[in-house]
Amino acid sequence: MSAPTLDRPAAERPDEAALQRQFDATIAADRRIEPRDWMPEGYRRTLVRQIAQHAHSEIIGMQPEGDWLLAAPSMRRKAILLAKVQDEAGHGLYLYSAAETLGADRADLTDKLIERRQKYSSIFNYPTPTYADVGVIGWLVDGAAICNQVPLCRSSYGPYARAMIRVCKEESFHQRQGYELLMTMMRGTDAQRAMVQDAVDRWWWPSLMMFGPPDDDSPNSAQSMAWGIKRHSNDELRQRFVDMTVPQAAVLGVTLPDQELAPDPETGRYRFGAIDWSEFKQVLAGHGPCNDERIARRRAARDDNAWVTEAATAYARKHES
Amino acid sequence: MSDVTAEGGHGAVPTGPQVPVEDQPAVSRRDWPLYEVFVRGKRGLNHVHVGSLHAPDDEMAVHAARDLYTRRNEGVSIWVVRAADITASSPDEKDPMFAPSGDKVYRHPTFYEIPENVPHM
Amino acid sequence: MGHEETVYEALDSAHGGEGQWAFGTGFDEPLAGVDTTVPDGIDPADLGAYCLMLGDDALVLAQRLTQWVTAAPELEEEVAVANIALDLLGQARLLLARAGSVGVLGRSRDTATASIPDEDALAYFRDADEFRCTGLVAAPNGDFGQTMVRLLAAATTRLAVFARLRDSRDPVLAAIAAKGVAELTYHRDHAARWVLRLGDGTPESHRRAQAGADAVWPLLADAFTATDVEQRLVGAGVAADPAGTREEVVGVLTQVLDRATLRVPAWPADAPPRGRLGLHGAELAVLLAELQGLAREHPAATW
Repeated sequence: MSAPTLDRPAAERPDEAALQRQFDATIAADRRIEPRDWMPEGYRRTLVRQIAQHAHSEIIGMQPEGDWLLAAPSMRRKAILLAKVQDEAGHGLYLYSAAETLGADRADLTDKLIERRQKYSSIFNYPTPTYADVGVIGWLVDGAAICNQVPLCRSSYGPYARAMIRVCKEESFHQRQGYELLMTMMRGTDAQRAMVQDAVDRWWWPSLMMFGPPDDDSPNSAQSMAWGIKRHSNDELRQRFVDMTVPQAAVLGVTLPDQELAPDPETGRYRFGAIDWSEFKQVLAGHGPCNDERIARRRAARDDNAWVTEAATAYARKHES
Repeated sequence: MSDVTAEGGHGAVPTGPQVPVEDQPAVSRRDWPLYEVFVRGKRGLNHVHVGSLHAPDDEMAVHAARDLYTRRNEGVSIWVVRAADITASSPDEKDPMFAPSGDKVYRHPTFYEIPENVPHM
Repeated sequence: MGHEETVYEALDSAHGGEGQWAFGTGFDEPLAGVDTTVPDGIDPADLGAYCLMLGDDALVLAQRLTQWVTAAPELEEEVAVANIALDLLGQARLLLARAGSVGVLGRSRDTATASIPDEDALAYFRDADEFRCTGLVAAPNGDFGQTMVRLLAAATTRLAVFARLRDSRDPVLAAIAAKGVAELTYHRDHAARWVLRLGDGTPESHRRAQAGADAVWPLLADAFTATDVEQRLVGAGVAADPAGTREEVVGVLTQVLDRATLRVPAWPADAPPRGRLGLHGAELAVLLAELQGLAREHPAATW
């Protein structure tokens, strides 16, 4: 559907202050904003940016694990991984669809991704040198994503909230398959156990960084929370993730690479060490290990197959009934 | 460095004022048209809107919908319709057709009090 | 957390169980209830060899299609290609497991890999000359046009075989075929829709689709010739005679190419079986090196 438009004569148009009041009341009542509703331009733009970066993350996120699709070490793992990577393509599609209800255009958003004018999550710029990475991405990266995403099932924007419900449903299986792979590997050979620990060492801190900088350094969050686009602060979500993950690591039999990690007797939650944000900023600025590779592959998929898209369009025109 | 927030999804990205948000999109270029997808999950239910996708034509759209939204579950019925062909009204535009619904409470089933002992209501 | 967690759990339980995964991920047992004893008068060695032929075709084609994942035109096609690869992977797993259960691994199975499931021992620990796939599926993808022409040819030939195998005297093969026919029909139709659009699309897509057909057609040279194993099993009521599928395959492919405004390339003369006997080009060894590398590096591992 097209973007919200107000194309009738000005005399018949409800005045903007009234629309704003109605919008505010809808948000205040925790009801959903729907595509053709009036909405403040800032709300629309923030949502498009957020949904687009989320969609880009799903699509780029296919690559780190996708690198193991052809080499997965058993038929069962191959099928599971293929189904998972396929889910991510689906998630990207649902999310681009949600962005399109706000007047964005998928091809246009893809161009912006490829031209690096829009971002995707920096977590996908880390490499996946061993098969344990597939498991750890499921357990930690998808686990962190779930913490971020479950509250978004209640996002104030209806199409985004609905897309997130579908995404979360599938994401929970992704986390489980990852954890199950790691458990299986931990029961395997010494080499496999070493592989798992090594992958945990590499992914733990980047996973914590997925929640973004501390709240007092996160100036945009307040507006997003007021709009009901964002539901919890970065630090709160990060703490939830840590609390959830530490016991899982113990069951698995791996050590999380943080000597300061310990239960806080007062709060019952886990204290953890300081995050090295300089690394995060490097990766975010495009200097991560795989930034160029990820974008290059997305570009190739677009450019090398442009003739296919054009052919189907030409065929449709010829055969229009 | 610009502001960074984990605005959902898989994690933190820059969001400061120097990061361009999207401009008004180019009016569709090489892209395939957008289709809205409706699925009847099982017999006895209505078709329900489940999302959208891009396809070059109707036939490809219905097959892509089956791949994406039903995982090819047999026995479900799928409708696809070009988004551009949908005529919609929006409650916030205060179209006349929406005005009466709020005050004609008799349209709503809960208006009618049914005694508890009436079965299957 | 309250509400969010409730939302999450409700989603989780409402859609719990293995049904959440796409087809072919192998948690369910599609052959539950099927009698797995080899019927009288069937040589288990022949049956196992035949299951390898059909299983290897599916495995190798799945691997080829998977090469398109993260590289496909449009996200919708990404999902479609992965679906087809998953179907084929599912078929491969059933067929390789059947081959294992009737003893193809036999003495050759060394103790180092004894804990590995049959399907994995067969997929990961055989060398190229032990694979029984045809050249049609082993050939590299080429561009998207060639990939779709090859998929059309491979799905059409396989569908013709599977349709006949539904009446196989081996109940396991019959059950695998019954499940596979619906999947293969979908694969064939998907490929046909694309061949139509590329052939009758733009001048460039027409040229590419034609080049794809010209590259794929010679690979059909041994598609209609039976090996000795197949001939014996045709006699025993187990296998489908590839020669008997020719008319159907030629008919379907000709019809699709005609409608796509493509020239039907010259049909190659019948050649003796090659891939079915383990004679392959270098491209299969390259494909297998990638497929098998990690599993072979850790033969004692469990995944």
